[in-house]
Parts: sequence; C-alpha cells; structure tokens
Amino acid sequence: MKEILSGNEAIARGAYEAGIEIAAGYPGTPSSEIIKTIAQKYGNDIYTEWSTNEKVAMDAGAGAAYSGRRTLVTTKQVGMNVLSDSLMYAVYTGMEAGLVVVTADDPGMFSSQNEQDNRWYARLAKIPLLEPADSQEAKDYVILAIELSEKFDTPILIRTVMRTSHSKSVVTIGSRPKGKVEIGPFKRDPAKYNCTASNARKMHPRVEQRIKDIGAYADSLPINRIEWRDRSLGFITGGVLYHYLLDVFSEASILKLGITYPLPEKLIREFADGVEQLVVLEELDPVIEEQIKAMGIEVRGKDIFPPCFELLPDQIKRYTSEAGLLKKSPAAAGTVPQSEQPRKTEKLPELPIRSPVFCAGCPHRSTFYLLKKMKLPVAGDIGCYNLGTLPPFEAQHTMGAMGASVGVLHGMSLADLPENRVCTIGDSTFFHSGMAPLVNMVHNGSRGVVILMDNSVTAMTGHQDHPGVDWAVTEERPAKKVDLEAVVRAIGVEKVKVVDAFKIKEVEAGLKECLDFEGPSVLITRGECIFVSRNPQPPYHVDLEKCIACHMCFRVGCPAIGKSTEKNPKNNKFKSHIDPTLCIGCDVCRQVCPTGAITPPGKSKGKE
Amino acid sequence: MDTNFLVVGVGGQGTILAGDILAEVGMTGGFDAKKSDILGLAIRSGSVVSHIRWGKAVHSPMSMLGQVDYLLAFEPLESLRMVEYLKPDSTVIVNDYPIPPVAVTTGQLAYPSREQIDSILNAASGRYFNINVTERATQLGNVKVVNIMLLGALSSLLELPASVWETTIEKYVPSRLFNLNMRAFQAGRELLN
Repeated sequence: MKEILSGNEAIARGAYEAGIEIAAGYPGTPSSEIIKTIAQKYGNDIYTEWSTNEKVAMDAGAGAAYSGRRTLVTTKQVGMNVLSDSLMYAVYTGMEAGLVVVTADDPGMFSSQNEQDNRWYARLAKIPLLEPADSQEAKDYVILAIELSEKFDTPILIRTVMRTSHSKSVVTIGSRPKGKVEIGPFKRDPAKYNCTASNARKMHPRVEQRIKDIGAYADSLPINRIEWRDRSLGFITGGVLYHYLLDVFSEASILKLGITYPLPEKLIREFADGVEQLVVLEELDPVIEEQIKAMGIEVRGKDIFPPCFELLPDQIKRYTSEAGLLKKSPAAAGTVPQSEQPRKTEKLPELPIRSPVFCAGCPHRSTFYLLKKMKLPVAGDIGCYNLGTLPPFEAQHTMGAMGASVGVLHGMSLADLPENRVCTIGDSTFFHSGMAPLVNMVHNGSRGVVILMDNSVTAMTGHQDHPGVDWAVTEERPAKKVDLEAVVRAIGVEKVKVVDAFKIKEVEAGLKECLDFEGPSVLITRGECIFVSRNPQPPYHVDLEKCIACHMCFRVGCPAIGKSTEKNPKNNKFKSHIDPTLCIGCDVCRQVCPTGAITPPGKSKGKE
Repeated sequence: MDTNFLVVGVGGQGTILAGDILAEVGMTGGFDAKKSDILGLAIRSGSVVSHIRWGKAVHSPMSMLGQVDYLLAFEPLESLRMVEYLKPDSTVIVNDYPIPPVAVTTGQLAYPSREQIDSILNAASGRYFNINVTERATQLGNVKVVNIMLLGALSSLLELPASVWETTIEKYVPSRLFNLNMRAFQAGRELLN
C-alpha cells in the first residue's frame, strides 16, 4: 500500500515499523509532527510524551533503552544543544535496545534563531548520521537506524532539514514486528552504564573502534550508492539535495550518501577516480568536503556554494552556472528552453511584506502594547511572544535561546543599568529552561520583572502540552498539572502578581507594582491561547459615527483591525474597521479606543 | 511531463489543506507526487506557499523559476510574489479577496491596485481568472470552504475525473462537513465558466 506522507509522518511510520516503543521530545519546528503523528496514529503501540525539555527527553530515552525498550528522541536543531549533554554519555555506554535521535535542522531559518549544522554533532559524538532525501527514505532510515543501533551498540543520529520534514512524497507502507517485547529486571552493569572516570577510560577506546568499524560497514551499505552517468562531472551529496541535483543535472554522475558520517571512504575513492571533476553539494558547513579533503582527494564545494541558507534547485543552477559547471554538462535538465523562459514584461511594484502577527484574540497583545508605551528594555525569549519584536510593537530587544531571557535580565541587573528592566518568557519556555535562572536571580539578589506569559499551551510549535496543563500529547490523555504560580513562589520570589492578560489596566497596574519592587519579581499574565480556549465571542464592530480616525486601535497590531472606506474630514484619515471573519471579541482594542467607538454586538456604549 | 502547482495565501486560509488534497489527488490519479510547504512561525497570518508537483518521477519537491503550470492564489497580493515561477502558458486563479497586511493598514506601503494586479498577471500567464471566491463561499454558508471551492475551479481545468477529487476530499475533511464541501467543490467546478 502507498500513502503520501510528510517526512515527519514517515519518521513516525518508521518508528512504528521499527518496533519502537517509547518516543519523547520537546516541540520545535520543523520536528514537532513526529511525536504528534505517533501519538495520533500509533499511540496504542508507542508511548509518547512531550518532555520538559530536550535533555530530559534524551535522559528518558537513555533510561528506556537501557531497560530494553527501543526508543526515539526528537528535537529541532537548536534543541540538540540542550539534548547533547545527555547524548554524550549514551554514546559511551551504548544501550540494551535501539536508540535513535532525530534532529530536524532548519537551513534558511524559517523558524529558528540560528542556522547551525547539526551534522557536526555526529562527528563530535562519534556516532553514525543518516540523512534521508525524501519520505520513503525517512521511514526506511528509522528502521535501519534501529538495526545499526543494536548491531553496533550505539545511539544513531538521523538528520532531516525543513524540506525533508515538511515535504510530502509517496511511501510504501510496511508492518510492525509482531509480538510483545519482554524485558527482564534492570541490568546492573555499572562497568557499561556508569560513566565514572575509571569506567569511562575503558569506554572511550571502544567508541573510537566502533566508529571505525561502522565506517568500513558503510562502504557496503546500499544506502550509499554510485549512479554513473556522464563522467566529466561527479557530485557527492546527501539528503534532499540529491533530488534538487537531479532536477538541475540529470546527466551528471552522483554518489548519493545515505549515511554521511562516518563516510564510506572506499566508495568515495572509487567515485573520485571515476570522474574528471569532483564536487560536494552540501548546505551550510563543509562537513563532507573537509573530510574528503583530509583523505587527500581533490574536491570542490564551498568555493562554489555559499555556507548560508538553503541550496534549492534555482540556487544550485545559479552557483554552478557561475562556476562554469552547468555548461560542462551539455544535457543539463535545468536549462530552461527559451520558449519556457518566464515572461517579465511587467515590472513588479514594491510588494508590502506580510509579517506574521499576533492572532486576533491573542493574550500577548496587551503586554506588548504596554511594553512599547512604557519604553522599557525587554529581554525576550522564544515563543509566539517573540512577534513583539516586529512592528507595530518593536518591544523585545534581545532573544537568543530558550530560557535565556531570565538570565539576560539578571545580567542587566548585575550591570546596574540606570533604568528598570523586564524579560518576557512563555509558560512552556519557563518550564523548559527558565526555572534555573529564576532560582539564580532569587539566590543572588537580582532585580527585574520576569513577565511570565501563561497562555496554557506550547503555542508557536503547534499547541502542544507542557507541565502546566492537565493533558499530555493529546487532549484526551489526562495529566497532572504543575502549578506555575506555586513553582514561582516556592523558588522564593517574594513579589508575584497574577493578572488577566486581556485587561490592559490590570496588566499595567501589575507591571508597575512589580517594577517598584526592589528584588526579583514575577508578573504572570494569564490568558488562554485562542487555540486552547476555542471560545470565540461575537465580533466587535466600529461605530463610524464615533470613530475619529485617531488610529489608536492600530497600535494593538490586530490583524482583524484595518481601515474602513469612510474618512474623518477633520484629519482626512480613514476610520477603522473590524473584520468580522477574524475578530473573536477579545476586547483589547475596545480598551484603547478613546471615543468608545469600538463595541461588542448589541452595545452602544463602549468606553468604561 | 511534470505538472507543477503553487498554492499561496495567508496563514489561516486553509491553503495547506488544499495543497495536501492536491498532492494526494495526483498520487491517486496515477502520478508520482510531491509537496513542500512552510509551517511554523511563518504561518501566523504570514504568507504561506505550498509547492505541489505531479509527474512520472518527481525529484525536487519544489519547482524552479519559470516551471509552474498552475498558480492557485487565495489572496491577490500573494499571487504577485510568485510571478517569476510562472510558465508563459500557465494558468492563474486568484481569489479576489484582498487581505491587507499590517504594513498596509498602518500606511507604510500601498496595496497594489486591481489594475496593477490584472496587468501583471495577464502578462505573466497564459490564462488568468480573478473571482471573489470568499463571497461565494460565504453565500454557501461557510467561509472556510474557499479552499475546496478553489480546488473545484482548478479541477475543472485538469483531466483527472471529478471522482478522484471527491474521494480524496472525503479523506481530508470532517465527515459532518463533507456535504457542504461537496457543494463547494461542485460550485467551484462551475466557477470558471
């Protein structure tokens, strides 16, 4: 049977067919749909959880695999930095059952703070790296990864990129191994599982030998294969770039790598000897190129392709043309015939960009409206609230990593800034890595306001649970809710205010009270994400008789608010209009309207 | 010969679902099919682009510039961003329902005029349709069926039988909304007449 699946859905299917029993991760684009799909489709056979953070997920994965259960851990590329601390010991110990880590990288930075190339982690950890080119391979490689993991007693890293994770292609469906896995009592084997220095000294040489053995094995793995075509030009590539290449150079020879670390040296030498000119096509860093150069083989790569951003077929065409390679391949498929050249008879005007904005009804809106108004320095964090960085708010001044805002706020306090300061952090991000820096602020007597934006969900990545809600993975599965406010108080924060995020005056009063406090304080702005509450109120409307076209309501940056067709003759500006298909009646715009022109349906008097 | 599609719009308009259905229709109709889209932060009322390709053996999930046969645009401004992808004999279907981005609402930039949009798309394509599908969908009772109505319009230009589309749509929409979506699909098939 065939199905059309995204790369992430295919990885989930692969987990099912590989007999994986436990899957854990922390949400992050472009990885999030793996755990979600497993929970939805294979939840009867595979336990899933959104762990508090990636390191916690990795530790759980190690413990489960030590106990004899095949396990999958998922992360986005930057989550790997958090996860890696725990990956490094699992590399030394090995496991009783297969352990696979999937990192979904984001060349092009569609939703990430950096473009790091996680292939380095395979080299750092000295573990095999598999890179699928499409959904079929994504599924197959999970099964292969479990085989390799158990054959060589090592964790395996699978790396996708956004284009493999979020592209769909046709997959042949297989089945799950039958029978239930019986596991015994936990194996007491500290020489294998306890990395105390005296043990670890014995483990390290094993790791070095193991990666050499796998390198030799990689030469015979069919997922590394040479496709001989025109021998004047040969490309070495892996992942989705293989497909891009076929669209641009249908006649060139290709060494297609499924395992990109350790490299199959014999196969690479055979390929290099068989082509006149050898080129490595890889996005981001020259990870493969440098290793091939270290083999003493002449090869081109980053002198042709830049180290930043994606290399889509159009870019491959451009850079290989500039390098004179595309001409060398006379039957290059990417050369669009003259008749098919796009017509550009019309010059395009400057098109207004469409930046993402807070949804209509978002609980974060009021806070950023105030932060802009109060002109405070704001250390930001990772989540939807980072949209407060963009117009019309432009009120989040730093952002770098999960949980970093609280530590940065503490650093601003240490620096003894001449002004008061705040940070913004979401509920899920706080549980992920905001608690430790808050403990640090309390212990070291810091000053600053932590604005904890509690919308009851991990919103930006697609509305997953976190420890502060009473469900897990799917809304049907009940879970113990960890009380955010109680955690903050238990940490020792003496000033804690909880306010309704949809009431601007309440947020403002709470913020002022916290700012006045001489010590670390926490303002919890509570309001459910519209994807959680699912309780839309009837849309508000603008009374054009009362609207004076002052555009105060534009300052809340709501996508439902725009211009009407009627002008105020006094200032010659268009009056406001609320799009009834978008407005869900959150009331925030009404609170900033100076004339009471914005009202819920059936009400004429809007101003308090 | 590959058939390449672009489905574009604004986050929240249902473009992703439309693209998913279009890709699966290709597979069910006997082609190799691939799809690629941008999810995550990019979809919060931002521009959404999905590439869909049908063919004997599709390699890249993304089309190159000048390769696209059909552009299905849920919003006029979003269609203009894609003109470099169009083949000269391509077909463009635009939902005439402008959604001004914040940069326009706040007066920093102007939304292109209907005349500009028409002249750019007429020059860049072989066939260009511009219809207020949002209005038709609202008349049918639910603005959310814009995506299925647009697929209906597209289907009327392609050779695959309507039944392939209908069985695929059935897989993707909630069963309680199936009849409504079928009415939208049928209405869409009449839209370009």
